[in-house]
Amino acid sequence: MTTDAQPRSLLKLVAAAVPVLILLILVPSFVATYQLQLVIYGLIAAIAALGFNLLLGYTGLLSFGHSAYFGVGAYSVAFVAEHLGPHSMEFYLLVGIPIVAVTSALFGYICVRHTRIFFGILTLAISQVVYSLALKLYWVTGGSDGLRVPRPALFLGLLSFSGPQGFQLFVRSYYYYVLGVFVICVVLMWVIVHSPFGKALQGIRDNEVRARFLGLRIRRYRWISFLVSGTFTGVAGILWVPLNGLTTPDVLYWTFSGEIVFTALLGGFRNFTGPIVGGIVFTYLKTYAVASTEYWQLLLGVVLVTLVLVLPTGIVGAISRAAQRLGPRKAAP
Amino acid sequence: MILLKTINLRKQFGETRACDGLNFVVNKGEFLSLVGSNGAGKTTLVNLISAHLQPDSGQILLEDRDITFTSVTERIKAGIARSFQIVNLFDGLSVFDNVALSVFSREGKTIKMARLADRDYDVRRETLEVLGRFGLASKAAVPAGGLAQGERKLLDVAVAYALRPRLLFLDEPTSGVSTHEKAQIMDTVSSVVRGGMVTAVVIEHDMDVVFRYSDRIVMMHEGSFLADGTPDEIRANKEVASILLGAPLTA
Repeated sequence: MTTDAQPRSLLKLVAAAVPVLILLILVPSFVATYQLQLVIYGLIAAIAALGFNLLLGYTGLLSFGHSAYFGVGAYSVAFVAEHLGPHSMEFYLLVGIPIVAVTSALFGYICVRHTRIFFGILTLAISQVVYSLALKLYWVTGGSDGLRVPRPALFLGLLSFSGPQGFQLFVRSYYYYVLGVFVICVVLMWVIVHSPFGKALQGIRDNEVRARFLGLRIRRYRWISFLVSGTFTGVAGILWVPLNGLTTPDVLYWTFSGEIVFTALLGGFRNFTGPIVGGIVFTYLKTYAVASTEYWQLLLGVVLVTLVLVLPTGIVGAISRAAQRLGPRKAAP
Repeated sequence: MILLKTINLRKQFGETRACDGLNFVVNKGEFLSLVGSNGAGKTTLVNLISAHLQPDSGQILLEDRDITFTSVTERIKAGIARSFQIVNLFDGLSVFDNVALSVFSREGKTIKMARLADRDYDVRRETLEVLGRFGLASKAAVPAGGLAQGERKLLDVAVAYALRPRLLFLDEPTSGVSTHEKAQIMDTVSSVVRGGMVTAVVIEHDMDVVFRYSDRIVMMHEGSFLADGTPDEIRANKEVASILLGAPLTA
């Protein structure tokens, strides 16, 4: 029955997500602190790419400036840590999220006046402006040295981390913290792309003219999509900075925007789970590339070229196609 | 009862007068065909009325309300919808979602992002009902990009129809399909449109189709109206017949 198609796919999704979630919950019992840190970075990259992909995969807009929102998230936490109240993760999120939302709304309003390459160039230009500001206003931003961020307390100050074992303990607890936020982000994004709003975005992506003739105000939808997208990526920046302990203008530089694009391509931007897989795989790929060769950028470049030529639909796209080919064929109606 | 009329509507592209001061009238409830050779200005007229183009001068009145300078969105709210000559669908979305998006948009629900589209059972019911009328229910889960040409033409009309317009413009709903499919498509479209009490204006080249389904036929030539009448009147008009059918005038 075609009418049951959607609820059944929801069940299938839950059935696939639960084992993965259990596995993720058990990860800390198996791995050392350093490995766990990598998984956290992977989850954070996944959140950033998930946000980015609302624009690329679902709205059809390629942003080359998402470093700006990641960076604004990271820097707003650093400001809060330096000038305001408690070193608490909830406080960081509470202050950081409105800041990235307002920033995304503002920059998005400018960028969605154009599409295609012009949109991409605008996002790139704006992110480079933010980068230059972070570099030049050194009395506020610390210039190229960046800003240090002390380890925050978690869960309203219930857990704080000092002493010789502080870092290890922090990473163990922070893993679950990030995992929790990650799950919330994934669920939220899943609902958004399956909502009437999400369908409208996909309609605009597929056929702007027709979407207009359904009465949709295209630019407004693109703007809201940009706002949500930037905010998700900003949340990733907020989560990233306490683990890194420091934010520098590097996270605002255009190459970092490129990495976000790479992440989405690697996992597959046409699938919901693509950016998530991409975020985790990319984190490992980059870490080991950097560790094993000083020509790591060359290595990543080769991977990117191979990817575009051989797996244009990314890892998830390739896997789901293979599964379709191997799996039982549906009887023709 | 006049539903829509244009007063002295003009649109010029360079030297070409696509609409040369047209006084076009659509009566409530009729199935009107707009005919004429390529470049006669039929699509331009539809583009002007659906706000795809702005007129150089003239007025468009929908039940005496001046809508000449309203936006696409406002015209859709006022009840004017259209389909496209070159099929314009959301190819990445399922057939179901193509129509559902129309329904969501009409109900002002497309801004909602905190609930699942498929859990809106009212929209779901209406979407399936529209798909059923157009004979597309069995294709609901198929991506629109994977349909055959005839089905794509029907879906294009269904997407416009789901906006529940009072006035529906169909730009060549049967172009690019086989003769056999033409009849099927027109049978479906005319029965749905008449059944739904929708006023329809159809641009069509196939005169067999035009004579068979229309209440009234308006013929355009080089930006002006050449003839206007029932199928029988048009058939009897020798001058029109010669232009339409390319037959020489017999003395």
